[in-house]
Amino acid sequence: MEHFLGFAIPGIPYGCTYALVAVGLVLTYQATGVLNFAYGAQAYLSAFVFTYLVQNEHLPVALAFVLSVVVLAPAVGLIFDRLLFRKIAAANVIAKLVTGISMLVGIPAVLAILFTNNNQYNPPSILFNPGVVYFRVAGAPINGIAVTAVVATAVTLVALLVLIRWTSLGLKMRGAVESRRLIELDGISGGRVVASAWAVSGLIAGLAGVLLAPAYGQLQFSDYADLMVAAFAAAAWAVLRSLPVAVLVGVLMGVTVNILQGYLPVGSIWSSAALTSLPFVVLVGALVLVPGMRTLGGAKDPLASVDPPTPPTTATLRAPELDRVIRILWYVLLVVFSVSMLTWMPKIWENVFNAGLAYSVVFLSITLITGMGGQLSLCQATLAGVGAFMAAQLASHLGLNLLIGGLVGAAAAALVAVVLAFASVRLRGLGLALMTIAAALVFDNTVFAEVDTVNGQPINVTSRWVGLGILNPDGRAFFVLALVVLAACVILVLRVRRGSIGRFLAAMQGSSTAASGIGVNLTWMHVLVFGLSGAVAGIGGTLLSINQQSVNPQLFSWSFSLVFVVVVVTTGVRTPEGAIQAGFGYVVLQQLLTYVPSRLGGNSLLIVFFAFGALTYVAHPEGILEFQKRRWTLRFERLLLRGRTTPAPPGPDGGTPAWASGPAVGG
Amino acid sequence: MTGGASGDVLLRVEAVSKTFGGIAAVNDVSLVVGPGESVGLVGPNGAGKTTLFNCVCGQLRPDRGRIELDGRPLVDMPTFERARLGIGRTYQRVEVFPDMAVRDHLLVAHRARWRTGRLWRDLCNLSKPTTEESSKVDAVLGMVGLGDRADAPVASLGLGSCRLVELARALVADPVVLMADEPSSGLDVHETRELGAVLRQVQRDQGMAMVLVEHDLAMVAEVVDRTVVMNLGEVIAEGDFTSVMADPAVRTAYLGVRG
Repeated sequence: MEHFLGFAIPGIPYGCTYALVAVGLVLTYQATGVLNFAYGAQAYLSAFVFTYLVQNEHLPVALAFVLSVVVLAPAVGLIFDRLLFRKIAAANVIAKLVTGISMLVGIPAVLAILFTNNNQYNPPSILFNPGVVYFRVAGAPINGIAVTAVVATAVTLVALLVLIRWTSLGLKMRGAVESRRLIELDGISGGRVVASAWAVSGLIAGLAGVLLAPAYGQLQFSDYADLMVAAFAAAAWAVLRSLPVAVLVGVLMGVTVNILQGYLPVGSIWSSAALTSLPFVVLVGALVLVPGMRTLGGAKDPLASVDPPTPPTTATLRAPELDRVIRILWYVLLVVFSVSMLTWMPKIWENVFNAGLAYSVVFLSITLITGMGGQLSLCQATLAGVGAFMAAQLASHLGLNLLIGGLVGAAAAALVAVVLAFASVRLRGLGLALMTIAAALVFDNTVFAEVDTVNGQPINVTSRWVGLGILNPDGRAFFVLALVVLAACVILVLRVRRGSIGRFLAAMQGSSTAASGIGVNLTWMHVLVFGLSGAVAGIGGTLLSINQQSVNPQLFSWSFSLVFVVVVVTTGVRTPEGAIQAGFGYVVLQQLLTYVPSRLGGNSLLIVFFAFGALTYVAHPEGILEFQKRRWTLRFERLLLRGRTTPAPPGPDGGTPAWASGPAVGG
Repeated sequence: MTGGASGDVLLRVEAVSKTFGGIAAVNDVSLVVGPGESVGLVGPNGAGKTTLFNCVCGQLRPDRGRIELDGRPLVDMPTFERARLGIGRTYQRVEVFPDMAVRDHLLVAHRARWRTGRLWRDLCNLSKPTTEESSKVDAVLGMVGLGDRADAPVASLGLGSCRLVELARALVADPVVLMADEPSSGLDVHETRELGAVLRQVQRDQGMAMVLVEHDLAMVAEVVDRTVVMNLGEVIAEGDFTSVMADPAVRTAYLGVRG
């Protein structure tokens, strides 16, 4: 028993940080209806600034704490509210998720650009000395980090309970989550209520971040991502509603992780995976077992019907004449591009464009699942990785050609996707996003970290595995292969989109009630679109690995899944065109940034660019690039077809449609 | 036709109850609809009409009771399978597919009902509308008076036209029973009259059974064979329209008790 307690009790401080973050998530959700995916980044930001001020600027700990937690953290919350989430209060759950994700990806990248070469080691503790063991419980030493975490969590929770239960602000916050527009009709300033909630939750994020920091020798964002999944799990059991349940589950999880790590054999895959897999198991358990989580995010603002409909894509708007011209131009571009690639293209750019083709295939899987299926999956890089790893395994163990292995890999990725789809069959929106991000983290920490890699080293792709001169340094054979594969995938996506399945999916997105009411099997559609998307991602993953000549777990990590989403959402998630532009845009910008002095950030700058690009998703759910194309096409069309009678796109009963005259929603 | 005889029942609702948090929305309701019969379901707001519809169509699962279509039990069947058995439905709050043209609504419904939309057909590029499908779609659109707006995006239509789109979407699947939930709500007098005429006509032409929830009693009187009145979750009267409306219990339910 003593042994058991000796493992359990040191888990409590970890559990306290999980609990704090979970409480912050619940609070924001309760007041604003936003499940704040950027929360881990907010915690990281405060911890980063705190550590920076103490270690690099040599400020006293108390002053650094005031600046980074008391001042900065609520300010970030307020900025999020004022500049981002306030504008999208009425937007759908995907728009809110995308906004949070873009910040989750963007903030660490901004930090990496702003602060280079700083010391992130040995983050200090705010209250008690981490080096001192204050007392022992059941033989377990309790040091300053633990005491600080428990004391700070307890104080925060009591303060919060008072705020929510016994103040009028707490009551208004609870009203605001139903519909901010409705409480405003009652004469309450919804903006102020929501802003206070953001400030308070920001403060909690900062506090949790700073509390967690000394537990690790070095401040790394990935630890905060793990923290966030644990907090999501606790918040999910609380149905994003009950603060006591969130705290209880958070603390229990911290304790359980410690016990598991104590009893499982040291250094085994089980032990290293316990920390990240347990939150996943707890999260999936909540998503599957807690009935309230199934409908989460499905509830609509009662005043949502005043919002205009989403605009149609450019292609459906174009006059047939213009459509023909544009199609011919695309073919000309394709031919010129292909000929250039096969003849004079400099080697550097040849590599860039080849990678662009491979990325385009991966991104097409996002077109399928998000653009057509209307679901946000945050594990597309993982699915690509499953395909690549499977193919590599078959090649290295059985000597199977990577091109055939790639198809098997695609099937494996599809299988993983189908399993995820079945596990999430009753989930939509939020629940699905949570489940997929958790799955991505688990794959990172278990399969990708362990299978046939030595200390996480990538597997090299050898020409013996591929043949046909595809790994030749000139890259022409690869270009032909990638072009053929991309074309096949585009045709697949287009045929599905224009066919019955695409129409069923569009019906489902439009109104799932009516879709099942006419006989569409929603479960089957959900599984089907996941499976297809998984297969395409798997093929893309193999292609990417051949292009990079290695199967690298880094390439398929969870953070790339998020980056992929923000990239595709920026260019256009509804059309294959958008995916291809995303693929090429991603690699071309990456290449261009190598010409920029590296102190300006390099790859971080790329991520920041797309992260902020993705913020336009709310105003232009079809993609900012797609929106601009539509605008210019319309202008061009007016010029080109002047004098001829063109049927104007019909608006509500003959008027001008809302989407033809500029930004559609909010911003 | 009264639909009361056991051998002549298409839809049978037997002792169905549904409570929400202690409030009985539908309490021990029984109802039969014969083949080709048109039944009006009326009652004040909160009477439980839409809840009963949701139980029949599968959006809600009743706490107790049996529901059968042609002798087949429905309660454990998911919504989409009920639709494929021929239960068509329109909704109180319009449920159209905002990204689609009018014609596509009908095509989708037809393919979902007869399960002709297959992935392999899409992949082989075989999913263009067949002549059979197109003529069916055109016929139904003509019947409800949407022929000239077949290719318009539904987002460009007004509420009245959207209700017609819903109706056409239900009709194109050749339902054996149509559950129409307040089809006239939000329509003006003229549109309501037109809609009533369409309902009556399609019901006669296709020999389809219909359950109509409606607040516009003039339309109910014109369209239905038999009227069922619900109040506070229970059936309080049943019979032909005029005699039901003369029932004192019905008058109380609608107008309240004097004094």
